[in-house]
Amino acid sequence: MFSLHDRKLAQEIVFKIKKLDVKLKFMHVCGTHQDTLVRNGLDYLFRECGVNIVQGPGCPVCVTTPMEIEEIMLLAEHGKIIATFGDMINVPGEKHSLRDMRENGYAIHTVYGIEDAVFLAEKYRSRDVVFMGIGFETTAPTTAAVLLKKLPSNFSILSCHRVIPPALKTILDMGEIRIDGLIEPGHVSTIIGLKPYEFISREYNIPQVVAGFEPLDLIMAVWLLVRQIENRDALVENEYTRAVKKDGNIRAQEIMKEVFEPVDKRWRGFPVIPKSGLELKKEFDEYNARKKYDEELQEVWDKEFKEPRGCRCGELLRGLLSPQDCPLFGRKCTPDTPVGPCMVSIEGSCNIEFRYKKKTTV
Amino acid sequence: MFDIPLPVCLAVPGKIIDIDRKKEYAVIDYGDGTKRRVNITLVDVRVGDYVLVHAGFAIQVLNEKKASETLDLFRNILSAGEEK
Repeated sequence: MFSLHDRKLAQEIVFKIKKLDVKLKFMHVCGTHQDTLVRNGLDYLFRECGVNIVQGPGCPVCVTTPMEIEEIMLLAEHGKIIATFGDMINVPGEKHSLRDMRENGYAIHTVYGIEDAVFLAEKYRSRDVVFMGIGFETTAPTTAAVLLKKLPSNFSILSCHRVIPPALKTILDMGEIRIDGLIEPGHVSTIIGLKPYEFISREYNIPQVVAGFEPLDLIMAVWLLVRQIENRDALVENEYTRAVKKDGNIRAQEIMKEVFEPVDKRWRGFPVIPKSGLELKKEFDEYNARKKYDEELQEVWDKEFKEPRGCRCGELLRGLLSPQDCPLFGRKCTPDTPVGPCMVSIEGSCNIEFRYKKKTTV
Repeated sequence: MFDIPLPVCLAVPGKIIDIDRKKEYAVIDYGDGTKRRVNITLVDVRVGDYVLVHAGFAIQVLNEKKASETLDLFRNILSAGEEK
């Protein structure tokens, strides 16, 4: 009921875009959008129409920094049970990945959501359990909701949650890439609504469309952006009305405010982005792994961590490169032997490119 | 051990078929034979509503009316362009 299919309409829209003879660059910030684009060949189709779409920093696993990965690995080394989302365990750190550690007997669990991690803490009362919370505004409210419940004292959270709008601002301020329009992430927007994007259209004069994840959603989103550009508009439009309300999910926003405070945060490939990270408020110190284990973590905080050698995930996340531009892509770096996180995560553009296109290009 | 490669921004639609007494959890039917217990504290829902589920939580109620109107809306937007 909630999927969209109309081949004729899709063809009609594409024909209209093609007829306008544009040369435009759009950015989206969502792995699921990238999946829809590449799986359906829409990336080629749009390029033929003069519209080039790049994936920005829209992959939570990918933008998690080497420092955060070392933090969680150190906590595992100190005997904590670690729980996190599936892809995270394969991201290479300086020496190894969480998966390597698990193969060497460390307690690393992958979970479907934070409640499964709390369940682990209830099950293993004599051990400390740390949940590495990654994800944008879609996931952060789930962490917040759990923190407002009564939690076992052996449970804590390493918050690596981030919010999208400040990252968009930073990309535009850095000015490395021309962006004619932004396709905003549908599921993040179910939480935050449309308002947090408005300053971008106002201050940077950039058209934006919140889009869903069916091929027709993205085709429509591109049409709406092209139409805004033709009309010299710069607005925030919502194409995904079946899921995104103008004000978003207010209850989720409120509990996020209750639990988190925005902090300046580094993203992989980026400098520190002001107010882009979500750290637990002081009242939740007893569940904040960074506070609970500060003495153990100091060792990691005193160090500097570099990106893996030759890895160009940073430039990819800023929209400057495509996966195929990286010399390691499909050669040294594959999903089985990933060098950087963009090849690890199923939301990373290298992983997506490899899964759908490897056979035809390398 | 089985690792779930969960895309962190993916959310899946499902229908609420049962709600517990404390209104904390619901059983969701994904329409493909899969049913799952989901936390509903982030949304206001009733049995029969469709929700988007992410990481074990219902994060938003889907609007059936808007969903059924979307294609017509798209057609209108497209023909509005033609009149110009």
